[in-house]
Amino acid sequence: MYCLGIESTAHTFGASVVTEQGQILSDVRDAYVSAPGTGIHPREAAEHHSVVAADVVSGALGNAGVKASQLAGVAIALGPGLGPCLRVGATVARSIASFYNLPLVPVNHAIGHIEIGTLTTGAKDPLVVLVSGGHTAIAAFSGGKWRIFGETEDITLGNLYDMFAREINLSSPAGPQIEKLAAKSDNFVSLPYVVKGNDVSYSGLLTASLAKLRAGFSLEDVCYSMQEVSCSMLAEAAERSLAYTRKKEVLLTGGVAANRTLQKKLSDVAELHDATPHVVNQAYTGDCGPQIAWTGILALRAGVTTAIPKSYVKPRWRLEDVDIVWRREAS
Amino acid sequence: MAVRKTRLPKPYRVLELDAAIRRGRTVHETNLMHEARKLGVPVPAIQHIDPETSSFVMDYVNGPTLKEELYVLSQEERRKQCILLGRTVAMIHEGGIVHGDLTISNILCADGKLFLIDFGLGGFSTELEDRGVDLLLLSRAMKSTHTKIHEETFAAFLRGYSATVGKRRGVEAVTKMREIERRGRYFERA
Repeated sequence: MYCLGIESTAHTFGASVVTEQGQILSDVRDAYVSAPGTGIHPREAAEHHSVVAADVVSGALGNAGVKASQLAGVAIALGPGLGPCLRVGATVARSIASFYNLPLVPVNHAIGHIEIGTLTTGAKDPLVVLVSGGHTAIAAFSGGKWRIFGETEDITLGNLYDMFAREINLSSPAGPQIEKLAAKSDNFVSLPYVVKGNDVSYSGLLTASLAKLRAGFSLEDVCYSMQEVSCSMLAEAAERSLAYTRKKEVLLTGGVAANRTLQKKLSDVAELHDATPHVVNQAYTGDCGPQIAWTGILALRAGVTTAIPKSYVKPRWRLEDVDIVWRREAS
Repeated sequence: MAVRKTRLPKPYRVLELDAAIRRGRTVHETNLMHEARKLGVPVPAIQHIDPETSSFVMDYVNGPTLKEELYVLSQEERRKQCILLGRTVAMIHEGGIVHGDLTISNILCADGKLFLIDFGLGGFSTELEDRGVDLLLLSRAMKSTHTKIHEETFAAFLRGYSATVGKRRGVEAVTKMREIERRGRYFERA
């Protein structure tokens, strides 16, 4: 059984073919890169996607050595994400499903990050820390859904880094560049540390970090301190959720999961509570086709499909609202 | 009987940050607990404070957490406990204190009372926003562990809360709670 997955929620247009056993046969991506000092422009990103879509999809099928007629279904990330970008991927997926008479499988992009994380790490019932441009959430599986125990009350960790980067004329996603700058310093500058229960708030940290920069602190010192404070806040929020849920595994997934400082801090948290730390395979931290294709396999096997006329994009599709019919409750 | 609460260093925070947070929260927490006691709210009495080691000693409360209690109580007992919780939380809010980490693991059941503990993230505030955060944290904690009885327990809590603060202020706090909840990421706009 093969499933084609298409991802187009934000800057990346990706396609992939995955087997029922979870083998990733192909992973083709083409990402829109914003001009330095600017963020993702939704219309420009959508235009990018519509230009590269055909090559990416045929590349994914070609690399996998699978014909469209051999597919069991087409999985599409219907949300959450940027409306114009989502519509490009959805149009492509509907066309293929319609032409080859294949079931269309609706996939929530955030659930895709979680499932590719469990596939590549073997995590069974983890506390999930999902960090990306669109999410900063701590979730655990309970009652048939991934429930959010804590999240950001304003901007995400990815937003924090990207918005800071924009002010210093870098392009987004800027996490890796911030991490490199941070590695050049160990001079800690005091910045606001805001944890509310299991939630975090990063907007004040963004403002304060930019103010420190204007006040003459070096870029390296500010990047180091901002990264320290932001990752420690999330680690504390995760620790609270871990103590509360008593899960025995922690899974870090999503684009910002590539950040080594965050990986180290969450592994420290796991160790404090005798839990096993997992980090999604580095190749699948960022948005990609495999996360959608694999979740598509899981959903398809459980009979989750959507009729094409009902396959609306859902720019605000919250991960907590998805019924996870393929996952069993840990006993 | 007494118990010492020590804030241990966290390996995931750089030293300067970690020391400042632990010391600050210890002093802050004991202050809030003392003020809450003066309001007549069940809170363990503080016996000794040691900012140097980020620790303090307080009375031991011999009882289960509300989280544990909710699993074993009958529906009627559950309702009574949640109404009492509403009254208790309303008392600190009326007195200008917010808890900041109001989960059902931070509430102990003993002597027919509900003791509030763990004020480390709390504050002195009469802001509707901060009260709304308390309600949201509590609602979420109830929902995540007692999913099936969440509506019933939270409704009972609100009855007790409104009985103390008054109907109008009770409604204001819940409205604010829903507003804060919807600030989370990706809620469908109604």
